[in-house]
Formats: sequence, C-alpha cells, structure tokens
Amino acid sequence: MSELLSIPSSRPPYTYLIESIKRNFNLDWTLLFLLACVATFGLVILYSSLGKDQMALIKLIVKIAFAFGLMLVACSISPQTYFRLTPVLYVGVIGLLVAVMFIGETSKGSQRWLDLPLLPRFQPSELLKLAIPLMIGWYLCLRSFRMNFLDFCVVLAIAGLPTALVVLQPDYGTALILLLGSAGIIFLIGIRWRWIALVVFLVAASIPVAWHYLLHDYHRTRILVLFDPDSDPQGAGWNILQSKIAIGSGGMNGKGLFQGTQSQLDFLPEGHTDFVLAVIGEELGFVWCTLLLICYLLIFMRALYISIQSSNGFGHLVGAGIAIIFFLCVVVNVAMVVGLLPVMGLPLPLVSYGGTSAVTTLVSFGVIMAICTRKQWMDKE
Amino acid sequence: MKIDKARLQVSNEQKKTMLVRTIVVGAISMVLIAGILLRLFQLQILNHERYATRATDNRLVTQPLAPARGLIFDRNGNVLAGNKQVQSLSVVGENVEDINALLIRVREILSFDADEEESFRKRLKNSSRPGEKVILKRHLSDVELATFAVNRFRYPELSVTTETLRDYPMGDLTAHVVGSVRQITTEDLQRLDPIRYGATMFIGRRGVEKFYEDALHGQVGYRTVEVNVHGRVMRELTSEPPARGRTITLHIDARLQQIADEALGDRRGAVVAVDPKTGGLLTLVSKPTYDPNGFVMGMTDRAYNHLINRRDTPLFNRATQGTYPPGSTFKPIVALACLSAELVDWQEEILDITGKFQLPNSTKVWRDWFEHNTGRGQGAVNMYRAIYRSSNIFFYEMSTRLEVDDLAHFANSFGIGRSTAIDVADAVGGLMPTKQWKRETKGESWYRGDNVNLFIGQGDILVTPLQMATFATVLANRGEWIRPRLLMSSDQPIDLDEAFTRPFSPVDGPSKADWFLMIDALRAVVHRGDQGYLQNGIAWAHIGRNIPYLMAGKSGTVQVVGIPHGDDVVEEPLEEYKQEHALFFGFAPVEDPVIAVAVVIENGAADGGGGSSVAGPVVRSVIDAYLENSVAVTSE
Repeated sequence: MSELLSIPSSRPPYTYLIESIKRNFNLDWTLLFLLACVATFGLVILYSSLGKDQMALIKLIVKIAFAFGLMLVACSISPQTYFRLTPVLYVGVIGLLVAVMFIGETSKGSQRWLDLPLLPRFQPSELLKLAIPLMIGWYLCLRSFRMNFLDFCVVLAIAGLPTALVVLQPDYGTALILLLGSAGIIFLIGIRWRWIALVVFLVAASIPVAWHYLLHDYHRTRILVLFDPDSDPQGAGWNILQSKIAIGSGGMNGKGLFQGTQSQLDFLPEGHTDFVLAVIGEELGFVWCTLLLICYLLIFMRALYISIQSSNGFGHLVGAGIAIIFFLCVVVNVAMVVGLLPVMGLPLPLVSYGGTSAVTTLVSFGVIMAICTRKQWMDKE
Repeated sequence: MKIDKARLQVSNEQKKTMLVRTIVVGAISMVLIAGILLRLFQLQILNHERYATRATDNRLVTQPLAPARGLIFDRNGNVLAGNKQVQSLSVVGENVEDINALLIRVREILSFDADEEESFRKRLKNSSRPGEKVILKRHLSDVELATFAVNRFRYPELSVTTETLRDYPMGDLTAHVVGSVRQITTEDLQRLDPIRYGATMFIGRRGVEKFYEDALHGQVGYRTVEVNVHGRVMRELTSEPPARGRTITLHIDARLQQIADEALGDRRGAVVAVDPKTGGLLTLVSKPTYDPNGFVMGMTDRAYNHLINRRDTPLFNRATQGTYPPGSTFKPIVALACLSAELVDWQEEILDITGKFQLPNSTKVWRDWFEHNTGRGQGAVNMYRAIYRSSNIFFYEMSTRLEVDDLAHFANSFGIGRSTAIDVADAVGGLMPTKQWKRETKGESWYRGDNVNLFIGQGDILVTPLQMATFATVLANRGEWIRPRLLMSSDQPIDLDEAFTRPFSPVDGPSKADWFLMIDALRAVVHRGDQGYLQNGIAWAHIGRNIPYLMAGKSGTVQVVGIPHGDDVVEEPLEEYKQEHALFFGFAPVEDPVIAVAVVIENGAADGGGGSSVAGPVVRSVIDAYLENSVAVTSE
C-alpha cells in the first residue's frame, strides 16, 4: 500500500509533474467550450445581481480564470497519479471535515468554512464531490468491479462517513447530493435491480419515521411552505415566494439585464448565491433559462460520453460519478429555486457566487478529462 | 505493489452493463431537465400575469401627500390662522425595540422633560398608520438642531422632519371664533374619508376650523414611488401635487375684537357684534379664553385637565353656546308681540303704585326692580315708558293678555329658540318654552305664573349672546332678516348646504309705526336724560352722556338662582357665582344702523349694578370704536 502512494524519489516532484503534463494533456475542447459558456453567462448575471459592482466582477473574473487554470492542470495529470493519490485525498478531506467541526467558521447557522493560513477561505465539503467518487472507484477497482454484500457495505461506508460529517455541519443540501451521487455510482456498477427495489422501498418506508423523529420543526415548515408559500409569506415562505415571483414576473423574455425589480430592490434574497437562477428568470426570461439548462444538460452528456470512452473501469466509474454529482447539484438547486424542493442552501454550479464551488467544479471536470483518457495507462513501474 | 492492469480491465459483460446503466442515467437526466423546463413554463408563461402583478405590488407604493391647510384672515387682512414650518425630531415606532432606552439616549444630548415624554407617548399610542413618523420632540431650536446633527450617527432611528403646523398669531384673542386644530386620532380615522385624509395630521376641532374643515383641508395629492425591500424610497415615478385648502376671509375685525376683549377685561362673559347690513360677525369674544396653539402642539394630560377642570371653563364658548335668560332685553320682543296681537296700544297706561303684582286668586307677589330698590312703584306706565324705564309691572300685566304659545311663535321669528347663524360651529339654539315643551319635559301644564316670569325674560327661556346680537340686528333692521355669518369671502367659492344658507322671512305683525316707536323707545333707554330720575332712560346715566351718535339699546339684569319673592326676603350677600348676570344689547346709528352689539357679563352684578351699568359701557366702547374707525375710513 505504501508503495502505491510513493512518488519516485530519484527526481524532484515538480519535474515529475511537468513531464506528466507534457505526456497527458487530455483537454476536451467541447467540454471546455460548454463550461466557458456557462461561466461567462454566470459572470454577466452576477454583475447584474451584485448591482454593477465592477470591483466584485474583476475579482470574480480572476477567480474563474484561476479555476480554469486549475482545470487545465487537473486534466494534465496522469490517471495513475489520481489513482495513487485517491486514498490520500479521501483521508485528507475527512481530516479537514473533522477540523471544520472544531475550528470551522459559522455562517448563517451552519459551520462549513475553514480559514487556513496561506489558503483562501473554503468549504471542505465541496471537495467531497471529488473525493467520494474517486474513493469508491478506487475501492471497486481493487475489487475488480465486482460487488458482493460486504463490498456494498464498504462502499456505503466510504460515502456515508464523510456525509455524516457534512450532516453535522449541518449542510443537508450537500449531504443529499453526495448520497444520491454515491447511489448513482452503485447503480452504474451494475447492482441488481431487486436490490435497487429494496433500497427504494426502505427509503420510502423510512420517510414517515424521518418526518416524525429526525426532522426539526423548521425542516417541516420548510417542506410545508413548498406547497403553500403564502401561508407564511413574511417568514418561512418568503424566499420561495419571492423567488417564484421573480421568475414568474420575468415571463418569456425577461425584464432586461439590470432591470429586475425583485433582484435589484432586494426583494429576492440570496440573488447572487443560491437563488441566482431567479435573477436569470426575472431579467432574461424563459428563453435564457432554457438555454442555460440545456447547456448544463450538454455538459453532463458530454462528461458521460467521455467516461464511456475511458479505456478502463476506474475512469468510467469515477468520471460518470463526478458528472452525476455535478448534474445533481444543478437539478437540486434549480428545483429548489422554482419551488419543487425545499430550500437547502446549495449553489448553482459555475454561476453562483463562491470560490470553492467554482474551483472544485472545474477541477472535477479536469479530473474527468484526465482519467477518462482513451490511452492505455502507461505504467512506468 | 504495482497497479494490476488486469484489475483495471473490466470484463466485456461488466462493460456492457455499465454502458447500459450510463445510458439510463443520461435518459433520467433528460427527464429531470424536461420536468424543470415544464415548471419554468408554468411559472413564466402560464402564470406570468399573476407573478408580474405581485412583483409590481412589491415595489410600487402610492403615498398620499397632505395638502397645505387654507389660511384664515380677518376683514382687514390680518392672519387669524396661518401655517408655520418647524423642525422636529421624529421616529417610526415599529423601528424601535426599546423606547425607554432610546429616551435615555436622547436625554444625553437634548433636554426632554416629563411633559414632552408624556406627549410623545400619547402620540406614539395614537399613531395609527404603519410606518408613520411620530414626533419625539417638537420644534427644535437652532442649537438643538446643531447638537443633533453632530450626534446624528449615534441615532440612526431618529430623523429630523419638517412639520407644517397650524399657527394662530392672535393666540387667545380669536381662539373661540377661529377655533383650533388637533391631531387626528385613531377614532377620527374610522370616521374620516381614508383617501382624502390619507396624509393629513390635523383636523379642525372648534370654531371656523371645524365648520370650514372641508374647504380648509384641500385636496390630497399622491406620489407613486419605487421602494426596496426595506421600504426605502428609491425613486419617484409619478406625482400629483396636493391642492391647498381655500383661503378664507372672515367678517371678524381683529381690532374690534381686541377692543371688546379689553372692555370685558377679566370678567367672564361674551361680546358679539354684527354688521346689520351684511349679517357679518364683527367680533365674537368669549372670556375666559385659551391659547389654541397649545392644541396644535399636543398638550399634556396635566395641562389639558387643568383647562377643563377650571371653574371658569375657558374652553367653553359663551358667545355661541352659553345660554342665559334674556331678562329685560326680551321686553321689546314681548311688547311687539302684544302690539301685533292688538292686545295693547302705545297709549294705554298701567298704573304702578306699589311696584308689586299679583295674579287674581293668588297670594304670590311679583315685584318690580324699582320696588326692590326703593320700595315703591313707578307710577303711570305706557308701552314707551315701560321700555325706557324697563317696567316689570307693565309686562306682568301683558302676561295676563297673551298666550305663551303666541309669544313663542313671535319670538321664534326673532331667532329665539333656534339657531340662525349660517356658519358658526356648534352654535346652540337656546330655549323658548311652550306649553307643549313644559308638558313633555316637566310633565306639568303651563301656569299663569310661568307667563309672568317669561314676559320679563326670566324663567325657562334661554338665549345665547349670539342670539341676543341676532335679535338686536332684526330690531335694527326693522324686522328684516339677515342671518349672522362669519365668512366674508374666499379665494374660490365654497358650497354650503342649502339648509345653512336658507334666507328667513321678515318678522310679521308690527306696523311701521310700531317699529318706529319701539326703536325710538330703545333710543330713549340710552339718550333720554336730564328729565328727573323717573323720566330718564335707565341706561342714560351710565352710557348716554356725551354720546356723539344716536344709539338704541336695552339692558337686562337676570337672576342666576331663584330668589324668593315677597315680604320675607332674606337679604344676605350672594356668593360671586350666584350674582345676577348683566346683559345689554345696542345698535347704532339709530337711523341707519351699521353695528349691533350684545354683551353678557356673567355674575356682572357682583360689582354692584346691573345690565346698564356693567354691560352697557362695554357695548358703548365697542360701538364707539367701530363708528370712530368707519368715520375715519369714510373721511379719508
């Protein structure tokens, strides 16, 4: 195991990295184009949502450019390196999550942020979107992609342990994404349909129990206002009501960029973060909402396609897993903003304001490009 | 350990499964996106109208703008009620969590005494509209403004507002006629037009301010503003400026009002002067009085209780609401009633030897005022002498000839027992008793003794000083009616209900000769002098000497408490508030009257004397001043 993790000591690590980049530049231009489209669109809408704050826009451009840079780096690292580093990454992220529990910063009632020296403030839970698919893929790779019940339990533990830490923060949105994403990976590996049926049945059966014993009153309120935001328009229903008003009032073509009354006059809360889609709906209308969602769908499809092309099971599984988590982020955020899911505090990837999210998203796609290469692994050892 | 390539390789079967499963995932994703697009379609296309309306409701607020209240001038262009702007410190009640803590902090930089705190708490309690600014400290001085400006960052919840306040430059001089405004309360809002009064802070509560509230108020304006979620106004979209209220000019002559006020001095009473040509009220003085500016600023409970609990009732408008028995001032009307009914003529003499009067089969004795003073009668009295000597005995005799209801009917045509003023708020109509009235209120039938009292203006009959001035005007106009009024002109016409302005028909009955002789008898009251005590007019000695014009008048001295008649009268000094009231009305010049004045001085006999000696001089000084001024004006 230790050899697996070791880096050859004959040469300094950076030479290894540069050579690796030279050998493995697996950039997918289609995916890059689609991601750049969405990110640019995000910059425009954030500029409007932040009240034409040019300083903030410049900072954002720098962040996004940095994230794209990291993506290029990520796509140039060899699959073997990822395979070797996976356990380190996984254990490291869990370590960070534990650190969050003790020294994390609290914002809006949950402890998610870590402010370490020399690093920008970031959310370790975002890294799980990368670490969990990698770790599950790594483990199943060791098991030759065959799963018995014990393996199933181990996979559940790999996903469940860090997710539990996320739930403790609490960050239910991210936890839900991670669980669903892990389920997606297990689904891909070919788990039998009757097991799936069993899990679906168990989940369905546990809903009433969870409703009565696990959920707090404010959770129940959040779910109930989904059906009738006007029951508490000034309180629990405010966000979802104002979001629906913003989107609905946008109509087919929107009120025009910078012209959204709901967003510009602060009726819409969190307009530059979680509810950024409402700003798009209000200012640019149904047309641009549809274009954006189709763009996301194309990104997902392209990522799945790249994964299928992979020469090996690890690439396929991890690539598809990362893509599924990305897509779930989009779907859950949008469903929340349009009032189909309760408010959970999830950003819209690549568009919402927030550094960690943009960086992890783009690096994830870099990883997909890197490990799903059609080339055979070049095993130097 | 090397990475086992064999392990990385997936079996073909496994590869196929994963491919199929990946395609399934792709299919599911398309279904999810399609579902979300359907939802967006529902929100943005199907329900667009509904949400667009709600977005508009969110951001647009229509705010009413208060109109400036109309100004009130006297006939010479003096401001009786104006508007002034003051800087005040205000706060929105909902924005403050702890009022006490705020007041402690305010006291760190500004003086804020207990009375101010009480007024503020009262205003805060009464503030009825959401987001309404409540005045914390009114009328900041320049120093206080500067102090607050320096410290303003420490008080984000406070703001300086420019308030437009009603201002009464004449203060207590015109309080009873002009009235005052007060702050609108929650109860008012339930009664008022919520649109018209949407931004108005004050409403007229008395006098002209109350009667012409509608005209003075003006038309509310609007502005539509865009607000953000915190209610802050971002920009103004449309506005319709308010239209200020009517500017109105009253017949009141502030200078004459001042003279009447000074002539009354510290005594309780009222002076009402009317121009008989126009019916315009030249003065309307009621004393004691109060400072109407106090009501504008909002007074403390202590100050208000002090005002309403004073025994001399300064808030009570004696001129329009104080009712007094008219006493002998009623005699000219009784005389004209009897003449009209041809129950007496100017020649008939009643012999008054003893100064006492008894009804047949009755032991009760009614006495003449002269008998009360001297113990004897006034001799032979005809109608003319009965007026200028104010003989009670003559009118006691008349009471046996005329039915009360006939007298009441006739007195009604002089405005007694009803309110005749066009635009005097809350003016009362007094009381003219009838047989039916007595049956209904006292459950007794009308006795002949009641008639005796009534015919000298005593008993149940009650008139206000305004009514006295009104019947003096009717006498001055020889029975022609011109209803008293305050409004002389306004910048734009003011529509009044027909019920207010309906003209009255002239007094019916007396002949031209009756009018001539009656007015001459009233002139004799003032001018007949140097004829010996029993032949002089009773007011001559007090006001009739050196009078440069001809004036007609009549005095009255009325009992406040029932004083037993007869031989067993216990003469003991009466307490001030039980003393007789002194009344006098007069008009001048006799041949073509331009002013009629009525004066009532409560318990005026306290100084010794009666209507002629106490109230008469007040009437004369008012008429003197008015004629002097109008002569001066015409000679210019």
